Amino acid sequence: MEFITQPWAWYIAGPIISVVMFLLFYFGERFGVSSNLETLCSIGGAGKFVDYFKIDWKQNTWNLVFVAGAITGGFVAAYWLSPSDVVALNPQTVQDLADIGIMNAGATYLPDEIFSVDTMLSFKGFFILLIAGIMVGFGARWAGGCTSGHAIVGLSNLEIPSLISVIGFFIGGLVMTWLILPLIF
Amino acid sequence: MKYIKFFLVGILFGIVMSKAEIISWYRIYEMFKFQSFHMYGIIGSAVFLGMISMFLFKKKMVKTFEGNEIHIAPKKKGLYRNLLGGILFGLGWALAGACPGPMFVLIGKGVVSILVVIFGATLGAFLYGLFKDKIPH
Repeated sequence: MEFITQPWAWYIAGPIISVVMFLLFYFGERFGVSSNLETLCSIGGAGKFVDYFKIDWKQNTWNLVFVAGAITGGFVAAYWLSPSDVVALNPQTVQDLADIGIMNAGATYLPDEIFSVDTMLSFKGFFILLIAGIMVGFGARWAGGCTSGHAIVGLSNLEIPSLISVIGFFIGGLVMTWLILPLIF
Repeated sequence: MKYIKFFLVGILFGIVMSKAEIISWYRIYEMFKFQSFHMYGIIGSAVFLGMISMFLFKKKMVKTFEGNEIHIAPKKKGLYRNLLGGILFGLGWALAGACPGPMFVLIGKGVVSILVVIFGATLGAFLYGLFKDKIPH
């Protein structure tokens, strides 16, 4: 069991993600999580305001079911397969985060400075969570995919649009990490 | 019943996202600081094996469970769409420390505040649909 309960190495995780992609193709679908965001808009009645969301969302039911499974998997992993919540970060990362105001990096999966309920209930904290989500949702649909659809499937399939998108993901991520995050906390 | 297989694959996905710490905000920060090989190893090995899968699909050596050929619908082309959308996504990814998959997995971990991020992401998708004719693709 120790093999299961300790954190999984990259050479375990990468191949399993590839298996997930393979199985979805085998079942006749293309791996991609962010399209669910559009499906949620359609279910929520966005088609009344914007024609773009007037789709027969039932054809995407499989993907919503996949997400329900992902939530369940997150629960199973957190409550039965993970005795420790510690993330073994590079000590330099821990120091860099302390320098910009995020303390105890790696003690749990997520920084309290962003994700604690107290932070969420503050004006600034709520705004950061919301704006981060808006950028992810808007950006993913603009680019036509997220990490799963572009970085995993698109790059595997040698698609130029996905390569450009992944370069964009990194430009945005580097700007946020190196230039903007130090100003926020 | 036909959806159970997707639920099971989703469970596998959720477990690996959590157990390999891909849902950890810190792992994303560490990746963008180039201070760990972890995330690069995960994405790199997934893509490498993915290429082999694609080869098998294209050579028709693997078909769907119903015996159909596996057709991979190409992504939409457009430099502005892919680059600008990608940059905006990257900004959000590094701030939230989570892309859409991990966001949902974090619900299962019991992280209440991720619901605000998911609400934002859904709102973002709606705003894209609202403004898509006014932005470059």
